[in-house]
Order: sequence, then structure tokens, then C-alpha cells
Amino acid sequence: MAEFKFTEENLKRVEKEISKYPQKRAAVMAALWIAQEQNGYISGEVMQEVARLLEMTPEDVLGIVTFYTMYHQKPMGKYHIQVCTNVSCMLRGGYDIYKHIKQKLNIENMQVTQDNLFSIEEVECMGSCGTAPMIAVNEDYYENLNLEKVDDIINSFSKR
Amino acid sequence: MRIVLPDIKDLHILDVYLSHGGFSAAKKAFEQTPDDIIDQVKKSGLRGRGGAAFSTGLKWSFMPKTTDKPKYLCVNGDESEPGSFKDRQIFEYNPHQLIEGTLITCYAIGAKTAYIYIRGEYHKWIKLLQKALDDDYARGFVGEKMKETFGTDFYCDIYIHKGAGAYICGEESSLMNSLEGKRGYPRVKPPFPAQNGLWGNPTTINNVETITNIPPIINKGWEWLSSIGEPKHPGTILYGLSGHINNPGVYELPSGTLLTDLIYKYGGGVPGNKKVLCVIPGGSSMPPLRGDQIEGVKMDAESLKAVGSAIGTAGVIVMDEDTDLVKVLARISKFYYHESCGQCTPCREGTGWLYKILNRILDGKGSTSDLDLLISVASNIEGNTICALGEAAAWPVRFMVTRFRDYFEKRVSREVVIPVMNKVHSMRGTAVPLADIKN
Repeated sequence: MAEFKFTEENLKRVEKEISKYPQKRAAVMAALWIAQEQNGYISGEVMQEVARLLEMTPEDVLGIVTFYTMYHQKPMGKYHIQVCTNVSCMLRGGYDIYKHIKQKLNIENMQVTQDNLFSIEEVECMGSCGTAPMIAVNEDYYENLNLEKVDDIINSFSKR
Repeated sequence: MRIVLPDIKDLHILDVYLSHGGFSAAKKAFEQTPDDIIDQVKKSGLRGRGGAAFSTGLKWSFMPKTTDKPKYLCVNGDESEPGSFKDRQIFEYNPHQLIEGTLITCYAIGAKTAYIYIRGEYHKWIKLLQKALDDDYARGFVGEKMKETFGTDFYCDIYIHKGAGAYICGEESSLMNSLEGKRGYPRVKPPFPAQNGLWGNPTTINNVETITNIPPIINKGWEWLSSIGEPKHPGTILYGLSGHINNPGVYELPSGTLLTDLIYKYGGGVPGNKKVLCVIPGGSSMPPLRGDQIEGVKMDAESLKAVGSAIGTAGVIVMDEDTDLVKVLARISKFYYHESCGQCTPCREGTGWLYKILNRILDGKGSTSDLDLLISVASNIEGNTICALGEAAAWPVRFMVTRFRDYFEKRVSREVVIPVMNKVHSMRGTAVPLADIKN
């Protein structure tokens, strides 16, 4: 496997994060976010590099990666669809949307479509209860949904 | 009455905020002593909006006055409680008031650094708040330039810390561990954060909504805030309405607003004019109320406690008469099973069992004794864990099964009887005494 190095620009961002805290390791979450942005997922090499930069052990970094659900240890789809099925969304059809997308894309939870375009994740409450049901695609929220709107959103990504 | 989210267009733009008296409260605060500020906040009766409704002024007064150690403020914007979606409105519509409140709080407790911890899912709102913060830095309202702007010796820095998906990080000690770059495990208390918090230094943790309430208190005086709403829990509250409701959303209203007013007057009632079967008044971890219990119930900490629930984060989840409560409770239990950090055995194992037993009932294989078993497991989690996630997982189960006993009994058979051990004893003397089961 190829070695992982932060780009020059991203390295500066990591250094800026380090400067926010009295101890280096406090920047580990931010460094992992930046790494995931650059690499797409958190590989063993990423953890090695983050550990080296922040003077941690790679095992320590692994502990962080496995604790927080938003760090992915394998590549996800180009468009990572997160469907909330918690109570408020469930009451307004969150599970219908979740099942619909799984069927439409023919994938199960945390799987990636063959063209690597989509992946799906059933997530816990995203803080969108007043605009339920909702999905998030990568970083963007889509709220007040029904099945037709969901189809439109997914189709618009397929065409891009 | 809107204090936290005033009805002013483009308030998120610094110039608009300034033209409406922005940062005048900070200036006023810096002319007084920190003790004066703490005193005013104490007298105002402001209570934390993050769930525990603890007196904010009292919390601040726990910070040691004489210490060589650096002090810290953490602003808790983790907002992961199902049913709660209020803080994101503040990040989006009134970020500068949050920042101003953070400055005043730092001044009052003597902190030079504040971290605003925001959940990772809120990418958009983190960017919005960062933009507001950058503007405030550039114009000298935050950071070392404050000395010039306000003509004082005091200055402080504010940083945003992005989470990455963990409900437990909304618990204050877990939040501190997460900030330090560790797994978000809650810490044993005592020592309390005011003695031993971030990196072992004195630390105060306040909710985003709490902090945003501070500037108006300084500007308009503590008497003003204490006269709004219920005297024992004064001020406005950001109520989040969700579930089976015609107009869901965040409503800022005085504390003590009637729950029925929230549902029918502001929320527009239940779709299809259906009856209310169940209401969770304060986010998914608070004890649910039956539809026939909500008449006359006021939405504030003391009134809700009196009817056997709690204000929590004021996230009101409404369920109509056609709701499958077993499904709802199983979903809530799945959430706590997923979010348990795994440190304490009663919570790690208990949440899993609650979820499994509820699924058994959902599959039509439950028996009457399963209901007692649920209550037994829940009661054995409660009070036996380091943090309150134990209670958060146990309360919905214990209270829903008790209050909807008939409903649940119709979903189970009477044929299989499993002996249930009912002896409950708490290892923790400080268990929250909310819990007389009331039908």
C-alpha cells in the first residue's frame, strides 16, 4: 500500500488545528477529518501518518477512528447517503425512505454500489427532527422528503 | 418574546448584529467585576438548557478564584438528543450573540480559551459559525485585539471543535475527553470539571442556548429575565416540535408554556385530527407521557418533574393514536444500544438486552413476564453507571412500559412465564431522584 502524506496545504491546516490546543493529540479528530477529505477514508497508512504528526501511537489513533462513527475505514461511495431512522424521522416515514433507497440502489447498510457512486448508511438522529424525514448526502442535508423527492435527489447525482 | 432567536432579518451578519446593539453587553460586562456578572446570572435564575436545568450562575461560581492553572470554557453544541434541533438555529440565525455570550462567560469565570464543540454531522452549521467567528476576529471582537476594541485588559480566544458522530460526547466529561483527542468516555465524578476538567484544569461546560441567553441578561438586567415565564425556571425556551404534528419546528416561547398550547396552538395539532397517544416532552431520553396526561402540563423543569417527566432539551415528540409504541420503544432502545460507550457493564449489556427483548415482542414472541423483565433490566441500569446515558436508556423503557401497560400487554402472550429478579439497588448515591413511577 502506498504511503500517505498530507498535501502541503492540508499539512498547514493540520498545523493550524494543532495550534488551537495546548497538547498535540487534541488535534487528532481534526487531522482525521482532513485526512478523510483528502484520502476518502482512513487507511492504516493514514493512521500511521496522523500518529507520527501528533506524537501518538497508531493504536491510539485507531482507538479514535473506531469510536467515532463518521470516520470510515474503507472507501465509501462518491455520494455517501445517510438516512436517519430515529424516532422523529421514523414517525414521518424514515424507514420507508431507507428501504426505498436500499432497493433502488440494490445495496445494504454500509455497502457501495458497483460503480462506486453511492453508498448508504442508516444513521442516528441528525438534528433534523423538525424537517423530518431527511437524508444527508456527504455533507449536505435534504429535508422534508417523500419518496419522489428522494428519487429526484438520487437521479440528479447519477447524472452528474 | 424572543431572546435567543429574535425576529430580525440577516442577524447573522455582523453589521446587522452591531446595529441592534451587538457586543454592547460585552462592553458593559467588562466594566464590572467577574463576581458581579456571576451574581447577576445567579439572580436571574437562568438554568442550563442542555438537559439538567442546573443553575448557570451557581455552576460558574464553582470555578476556583485563585489558581495558577489556565481555566477553560466549553460550549456544548453536540446536540445529538433525538427530538432536539435547536442549537443549529442559533448557529445559523444568531451566531454573534452566541459568541458574545461566550466572551462574557469567559470573563466571568476567568477563562482565556473557549472551545465550541459541535457535532460532526453539522458541517454546514460549523462553516456558518466559523464564518461569524472569523468576522468577529477580523473586527477585533474576539482574540487579542479585544483589548483595544473594548479598552480592557481581558481577552480570550474561541475555537470550534468538530465532533465525528458520537451521542455520548454531549455528556460534559465525555465531551472533554473527546476535545483532548481521546475516545469519548465519560469520567467518574467527582472530581467535577470546575476542579479537574480539560487537561486537568478548571473547566465550565455550558449549552449553546444557555450561553446565548447571557448578553440580554447583562443588557436588560437580571430582574427582566427572572420575570419571564415560570419563576423557578425563567426565560424563554427553544421548544422543538416533531413527530405527528402539522407544523413541526423550533418555537421560542416563555418557559411554562402549556404542552397542549405547543401542540395545538403553535404546532397546528395532529395531522388528520387524530388523538395524541403519547408525547415525549424533552427529547427521547425523557419519560414519555400518555395522551390523557398532557392536559394542563406546563413546559418547565419543575412542572414536568411534578407529572413524572423532565424538560431535558425541550424536544417535544408527538405520537398519534395509530403509532406502534412497541416499534417506537424498540427504535429508542436501538439508539441507546448503539450509543452506549461500553465503559460500564450495566449500560453496555443492559441496553442490548432491552433492544433484544423489545424485538422479541415486536416479532410476536413476547410474554407478559417480558414486560417485567424490561422494567427489571432498566432499573438495574439506572444509577449504576458512570454517566446519565444509563438513565437515558432506562427511563423511556421503564416509563413507557409502566404507563402503557395495557397497550403492551395486548402485544404479548400470557403463556410463557420467565421468572424475573426484581431486586433493584443502586451503587451510586447520587442517582437522579426523578423517578417515582406515576401512572
